Amino acid sequence: MKKIVWGIWLLATLVLAGYYGWLLLQADDKSELLIGEATHGHFQIELACSSCHTQAFGGGEVLQDACVSCHGDDLAMAHDSHPRKKFTDPRNADLLKVLDARQCISCHTEHQNERTHPMGVTVPEDYCFHCHEDIGERRPSHVELPFDSCASAGCHNFHDNRALYEDFLVANSGGPWVKSVAQLAERNAASRAPLPDLPAPAFDDTALMGKHPQVAADFLASSHAAAGVGCAGCHTGNNDQWLQKPELNQCKTCHAGEVETWLQGKHGMRLAQDLSAMSPSMGRLAFQAHAGDRHQGCTSCHGAHKFDAKTAAVGGCLECHADQHSLAFNDSPHGLLAQQALNNQRPWSEAVTCATCHMPRLVNGDTGIKVDKESVSALGESAIVSVTHNQNLTLRPNEKMIRPVCMSCHSLEFSIDALADESLIQNNFKGKPHQHIESIDWAVKREQR
Amino acid sequence: MKKAVIAAALGVSALVLSGCGEPESKGIDPKVYTDSLFAVMKADRTNYTKLVVKRLGPAGTNVIQPDEHWKDIPNGTLLPAQMFRAGAEAVQEMTDDFTYSLQSIWPINSQNAPKTAMEKEGLEYIAANPGENYYGEEKLGDVTYFTAVYPDVAVSDACTSCHNDHKDSPKTDFKLGEVMGGVVIRVPL
Repeated sequence: MKKIVWGIWLLATLVLAGYYGWLLLQADDKSELLIGEATHGHFQIELACSSCHTQAFGGGEVLQDACVSCHGDDLAMAHDSHPRKKFTDPRNADLLKVLDARQCISCHTEHQNERTHPMGVTVPEDYCFHCHEDIGERRPSHVELPFDSCASAGCHNFHDNRALYEDFLVANSGGPWVKSVAQLAERNAASRAPLPDLPAPAFDDTALMGKHPQVAADFLASSHAAAGVGCAGCHTGNNDQWLQKPELNQCKTCHAGEVETWLQGKHGMRLAQDLSAMSPSMGRLAFQAHAGDRHQGCTSCHGAHKFDAKTAAVGGCLECHADQHSLAFNDSPHGLLAQQALNNQRPWSEAVTCATCHMPRLVNGDTGIKVDKESVSALGESAIVSVTHNQNLTLRPNEKMIRPVCMSCHSLEFSIDALADESLIQNNFKGKPHQHIESIDWAVKREQR
Repeated sequence: MKKAVIAAALGVSALVLSGCGEPESKGIDPKVYTDSLFAVMKADRTNYTKLVVKRLGPAGTNVIQPDEHWKDIPNGTLLPAQMFRAGAEAVQEMTDDFTYSLQSIWPINSQNAPKTAMEKEGLEYIAANPGENYYGEEKLGDVTYFTAVYPDVAVSDACTSCHNDHKDSPKTDFKLGEVMGGVVIRVPL
């Protein structure tokens, strides 16, 4: 009897060990190993375990390196207000016992979605208090403020304060809530880049276009045709053979920056980790029912052969996105400007589209620089204007959008108020903010002291 | 036979132990170490303030703009205190053998006020005893440190005018040559 029990135990152990060993080393679907639902930021790649767990052994430093390898450049560009190096001096030993700000995961613990606050924060929202509890002694205006309001009321961010720091508030105080509609600077990144090495013409373009008249009509009206890029430019695969469906590799021959930034955002991050392409059916937002299986790639927004940036800038988005903010766009003040520009009633440079805010033009890739024609021309010949395809770059916290986007047309004060008003965001900025964030008033008052 | 073995063992032990009587090789005295580090820091800090900020800033040829938010200004450059801190942060990425920071009992940024009891005592000592340094030992976390505090003196009117005019400065009557704060250097023991 004893032998049978031991036999069953041994067999069960071997089966379990074998199953989990297979899961760990061989299985494509490792979802059973997940210890909890991933956050909004990472759920798309939660099954690409090695993106973050880069080594089988090792402690927090392994994870820290993984965080920095994806987010380090953004933090540097954001002039991170709380970089790790501010906390490494031993004089901070007591503070670090409460909150070890040297490690990203102290505040951003993954797989804990049920206790994750906005911005992927997994500590109680009064975290500023631990180091700044005496702020009222130097800022009487702050005395009665709730401890969890520092980073949630539109006044401060932990990392990116480029649009919120005191001197910036003072320097950009005043002014009408909306100036004239700005003219955005023209893109010039492609014309500044060295000429790409395109595949040599290897196909009979005339015969191909004769077979596909609609494709030919779309192509001949496109900027590809205007630039002299023929069928082979995109449709050449390995060994110079015809490639029916060109992919990222073909596009990035000429559009390296666009592909690189696209892979960093929500549309391309799965492909960047060698997972299947993202589609709305995998998403957590509200999408059009018919769009569930639209796998994301360059042509899902730009359309094969037409490659019309104007269509991509609004139509491309609304083809899939059906949340309240997206559905309210066409009827919003920004949507009307976009419509007028599409109808040739105003120049395209004045159109405010989904992409104007979510995939903005950037000067030298920097989200801190304004991109209206006047500001860019003041920078001289060295300014390179490109379109980031990382929709996430300026999305959260939304104050990141103020400098490269909002302030081209709006005052800083209005921009801060509008972005702090959740109902205004939902109706796509139709109306005025319902509340006023007093940070500029306080900063100006202190300056006049 | 037994006696011979014991005698041999004692002989070997005596031979081995005889090495223990030699004078221990001594490392550098922590005080000499921190004094030397401070000399380099003070020289660089004074030179940056006088030869760069004063000479090329608004008080000189006005081609650079020293500003707290220097990264946000095309010709912006670090304030002397930020330059000093940037050095301390760069050093921390290279070695754990020592750390240093610039602090004051009259800081513009309250995060640069003394935090530990020894920092407070040291900064008050050097302010009350111009020309003298302060040395001690303290335990932070699980580590004991040799802690030295050196006076940071106003070497240029760029120091005094900026601090005296700053809206967050708790003291507005600094004079040239006065102690404005202190450099705290720590060596883990």
